[in-house]
Amino acid sequence: MAPPLIRFDKVWKSYGQGEARVNALAGVDLAIDPGQFVAIMGPSGSGKSTAMNIIGCLDTPTAGVYAFRGVDAGRLDRNRRAMLRNLYIGFVFQGYNLLPRTTAAENVELPLIYRGVGASERRKRALKALAQVGLTGREHHTPGELSGGQQQRVAIARAIVTQPTLLVADEPTGNLDTARSHEIMDLLTGLNDNFGLTIVMVTHEADIAAYAHRTIEFRDGRVSADTRNHELA
Amino acid sequence: MFWETVRLSLTSIRRNLLRSFLTLLGIVIGVAAVIGMLTIGSGTTEKVKQDIAKLGSNLLVVRPARPDRSGSTSFTPRPLTEKDVAGLRSGLENVRAVAAVAQSTVRVVYGAQNISAQVTGTDDEYLAARDWNLVLGRSFTESEVRGGANVCILGETVRKQFFGAGDPDGQSVRVGKTSCTVIGVLESKGTSGFGQDQDNVVMMPLLGFQRRIAGNRDIDSINVAAQDGVSTTQVQSDIEGILRDTRRIAPDADINFEVRDMTQVADAMTSATTTMTGMLGAVAAVSLLVGGIGIMNIMLVSVTERTREIGIRLAIGAHERHILMQFLVEATVLSLLGGLIGIALGLGIAGLAAVSMSIPFAPSLAVILMAVGFSAMIGMVFGFFPALRGARLDPIEALRHE
Repeated sequence: MAPPLIRFDKVWKSYGQGEARVNALAGVDLAIDPGQFVAIMGPSGSGKSTAMNIIGCLDTPTAGVYAFRGVDAGRLDRNRRAMLRNLYIGFVFQGYNLLPRTTAAENVELPLIYRGVGASERRKRALKALAQVGLTGREHHTPGELSGGQQQRVAIARAIVTQPTLLVADEPTGNLDTARSHEIMDLLTGLNDNFGLTIVMVTHEADIAAYAHRTIEFRDGRVSADTRNHELA
Repeated sequence: MFWETVRLSLTSIRRNLLRSFLTLLGIVIGVAAVIGMLTIGSGTTEKVKQDIAKLGSNLLVVRPARPDRSGSTSFTPRPLTEKDVAGLRSGLENVRAVAAVAQSTVRVVYGAQNISAQVTGTDDEYLAARDWNLVLGRSFTESEVRGGANVCILGETVRKQFFGAGDPDGQSVRVGKTSCTVIGVLESKGTSGFGQDQDNVVMMPLLGFQRRIAGNRDIDSINVAAQDGVSTTQVQSDIEGILRDTRRIAPDADINFEVRDMTQVADAMTSATTTMTGMLGAVAAVSLLVGGIGIMNIMLVSVTERTREIGIRLAIGAHERHILMQFLVEATVLSLLGGLIGIALGLGIAGLAAVSMSIPFAPSLAVILMAVGFSAMIGMVFGFFPALRGARLDPIEALRHE
């Protein structure tokens, strides 16, 4: 069996000093295999966002080991983690986080700029990614001219344009109505099925979590439940 | 990647057009002030040099010393005499010309017109001493000088006033109570550095002037022109030696005349205008500094305002140096743009000043290049701190920023 893509080994994350010290994560062990679609749930303050930031190489553990693709990502400096994110990880956020007054195509090209890809190649790949999320014909619209669902599709296109190994989604449907939410989830499921893209998604809606193969619940900085969903069975 | 960043910064400048313009204004005013001041200053220096050159090069002027106001002088005042002139003529080496001069302002009349002109009694060597040429006619002959003939040479202003397009040669003009025949016209020298019209003159032989206009034998000054390459300091001390002799001044007594070296006067004036230019430039440079602080301020605002954008960029793989570059280039482009506009504006102001003050327009490529380099540097220096602040942001915090 392939080694896990993501492995937490007694990961602690603490904030503050002395009496005010808070443990956001208190010795978490976790493994996620390549190709899995995982939902992370839990109340606010449970440590799920902290876990997600560590998984996305945005943050590092205070203690313990976080291995990404077998690399001890917790010990890498800012720029190396930036490189890791650029090469292997795509991000989708609740608030879309597109650059305002910048066209869809330009937004999607952004990660490729930091990879040093030439302009014409960038444009080609961006248009392809936009087609994949069903936004052909909207390439030159700015976020202000797009609906919430369309903006999130642009964000997904930006995340997959680099052909990442892992997609980290932070409440991707949090700002959308039910119909749009299910469209976005169908899109993510398709990416997982067709390209074997590993997805780690934070959500607090059970019907959204139900799209995943596996649900990990956090409570007080620890994993309180880890269930396989019926679809996978 | 670099051009990508430049394009990005231009886009960002365009998006905040008004704010960018106001920020630019600080640099524009600073650079325009520096360029304007330095260009006007070097024009003035140029003008002073030209004026001094018009006086004649290597010129020394001997005048009788005047008693000072308190009356307590250590010498006996005495006018210059023919004997002094003759002494200098025979005793001085390495000089081109020695000319005795007596002057006074007299009404000059031709037909129904009259003009108040500076009438100079002198000899044919005066023109050589002053590097002054004739545009028409001839200079005094030796016999005219010796006999104090009734002949005169007109300055351009007098000629224009009396004759316009007509031929003045051989015409008779009345100078004070006497009349004289025009034999030549001097080339125009324009206005002197002190605002005096140097062409409003009439020249006649010294003896004629003394007899018929001044009514005495006084000599106001002796102009001595040293040969090129000869030290005027040496000539000055030679003059002092000879005049001590002809005026019978004991070796340890104070001299009752003064020798002014026009070269030194020229140097003093040139260095005065250069110092002035430098000071004005320095004052203008302070406004450049203020402009730089404006850039820093606006870049800090820009970084804060775009915290989320920075977060996004960092999250999808931008390195610290990418963010640093982005804001550094933006600040540099901004101030460079301001610098270029400032140069155009400064040269415009200097051009207008040159026309209205009738000084030469003397733009210097070195100054312009310096301004370009300096404004780019200001962008980099004052943009660095805000850019670093942006680059050091924590992506998680930045993404959370509203």
